Amino acid sequence: MNETTLEIPYEIPPEASNPVEPFLRMDRMPHIWCAGCGIGTTVNCFTRALIGSKANLDKVAIVSGIGCTGRVAGYARLDSFHTTHGRAIPFATGLKLANPELQVVVYSGDGDLFAIGGNHFIHAARRNMDLKVVCVNNLTYAMTGGQTAPTTPGKVISATSPYGVFEPSFNLVQLAEAAGASYVARWTTYHVKQLSRSMEEMFKKKGFCFIEVISPCPTLYQRRNKMGDGLDAMKFYKEVSKVRNGAPTGECALTKSGEIVVGKFVDRDRPDYLELLRSQMTETLGDRYAEPEVSCCSEC
Amino acid sequence: MHADPAGVLTGVHFLDGDHACCEGSLAAGARFAAGYPITPSTEVVERFAVRIPTVGGIFIQMEDELAASIAIQGAVWAGAKAFTVTSGPGFSLMMEHIGYAAMTETPCVFVNVQRGGPSTGLPTLPAQADMMQARWGSHGDYGIIALCPNSPQEAFDLTITAFNLAEEFRVPVMLMLDECVGHMTEKVVIPAADKIEVTPRRLTSLPPEEFKLFEPREDLVPDMVKAGDGYRFHVTGLTHDERGYPNMSVETQDRLVRRLVDKVKPLANGRALCETGDLEDADVVVVSYGITSRVAQRALQLARARGVKAGKFRLISAWPFPARHIAELAGRVKAFVVPELNLGQMVYEVERAAAGKARVIPVSHAGGGVHDPETILKAIEEAAR
Repeated sequence: MNETTLEIPYEIPPEASNPVEPFLRMDRMPHIWCAGCGIGTTVNCFTRALIGSKANLDKVAIVSGIGCTGRVAGYARLDSFHTTHGRAIPFATGLKLANPELQVVVYSGDGDLFAIGGNHFIHAARRNMDLKVVCVNNLTYAMTGGQTAPTTPGKVISATSPYGVFEPSFNLVQLAEAAGASYVARWTTYHVKQLSRSMEEMFKKKGFCFIEVISPCPTLYQRRNKMGDGLDAMKFYKEVSKVRNGAPTGECALTKSGEIVVGKFVDRDRPDYLELLRSQMTETLGDRYAEPEVSCCSEC
Repeated sequence: MHADPAGVLTGVHFLDGDHACCEGSLAAGARFAAGYPITPSTEVVERFAVRIPTVGGIFIQMEDELAASIAIQGAVWAGAKAFTVTSGPGFSLMMEHIGYAAMTETPCVFVNVQRGGPSTGLPTLPAQADMMQARWGSHGDYGIIALCPNSPQEAFDLTITAFNLAEEFRVPVMLMLDECVGHMTEKVVIPAADKIEVTPRRLTSLPPEEFKLFEPREDLVPDMVKAGDGYRFHVTGLTHDERGYPNMSVETQDRLVRRLVDKVKPLANGRALCETGDLEDADVVVVSYGITSRVAQRALQLARARGVKAGKFRLISAWPFPARHIAELAGRVKAFVVPELNLGQMVYEVERAAAGKARVIPVSHAGGGVHDPETILKAIEEAAR
């Protein structure tokens, strides 16, 4: 392998900093992600979206499950929760319902959200719980060494499918739409501008929102399948991605080397859980209905 | 501080244990409950679902017990007092999040109305076979508190105690009913709100820049914050340092896990709850809890009527176990008789505390009913010989 040195053709002033630094726990750097991993790229897009949305960051909470993407919560300088495997969504549900003023973001991986946490995902979507779910889909269980996930496409070699995956995989955007999500989009880590914009749009949207980000795992998924490094993944995404906003999600299934349909697929208005709760209770209880005041002490 | 009158149904009621537990939670200030239907515990949240919309709070029926037991913890970190309710199989599923609550020091209450097990077992019939699970069920070392009411009145009272202890020690507190206590209907007196003491959450007074989320006070319990207040804190189930940041060192693990276990020790050393009677001259002490303590009461009466010097020791807090008290008694009584609706659980704790200084006689029952008082009486008489 050739050693390359990156030469920067200008002076970097000593006080210079990355504009996303205020959003990160810099005292926790360096992060654990591998070179070429796409999770950091998604975090960068996420912070750009937060900047763009002008959100009050004291009122944004981020909840992760377990896995490589599960570590995002730990690096975001927000009220952040690294929960148990698969349970980010029900934790976020409690957080949101007890303080509806919070913008609650769930940030986790495909194995976490769709295998062990799959049941929670579909029910939160059904309820149209006002949660913003970002799934970094690297098509594998990366933290544990590259095992088959419910998203791993057919023919792929993984640690637990050494002769190739033969189980059909989930099409996450179709699943999200079918379960009731108000907003569904998919991008890859090549589409950084589009992803940032999509996240910003999601912050403004009420109800259950879902963004899938196809992201490379050079260390495990790509190495085992001879798909190159992080840069090769970018070239691959560039080559095979096709923007089709509004595409029927049923036509967006992923394969090992076929087309990746990206874009915004669903953007619809449904009353969210708290609106439904309020309207039902007001209808049946009238003036007797007391708006939830969940915090435990008056000074809270 | 006093209870918020909005949740207190002051008066004299005729309630079953499940409903009394629900009223206890409301009096204690719980404004968030998440549950999943399971016999014989569902009545607690069914009543909560009726009551909470006019009190002001949230009940949500989740998709399973895993979800219910973590949703409450999200609510707690948003500032709520919260609880979930279940029975055997659901309790097994909740073990994951009892561990999470212990590790993240999230004050919350788990109500388990015990039924016969293992597995689906006897859904509608009583048992007391989850006592060790309550203490040790989640992986790793941690401290918890478990209380055992033996009447609807106590289901009300101890639910309030459970919430108060959860706040004081920042541990998950188990309220271990059994099917009989859950479904028996008796008089329950609910006092006026200003007669009910509730422990408020101890929120930090430090500003965000000085505050460390898991820096313990002298009593080993850290102060708390809630989401949305600008503290930008981090909570993780990983081993973490005082800032709440993951740290995989042996030293951090030792410091954290020892503190999680040690912080409830003051409760074990003196404040462990029990009810005693006729111990002054006792040769035999019956140690029991929950519904079995009420069956044992009859056996004790019969024993005294026959001239056997038998005394009562009722566990109200099973965990921490009142080991010191049992150890003291062991020095002056002949034997302990321990009836329970399992094949031997709390009896081992009695044995350990007695340390060979008195005989310990289990009176086991696999569950599905309660003991015949005669069976316990026979054990008492044999022990007295």
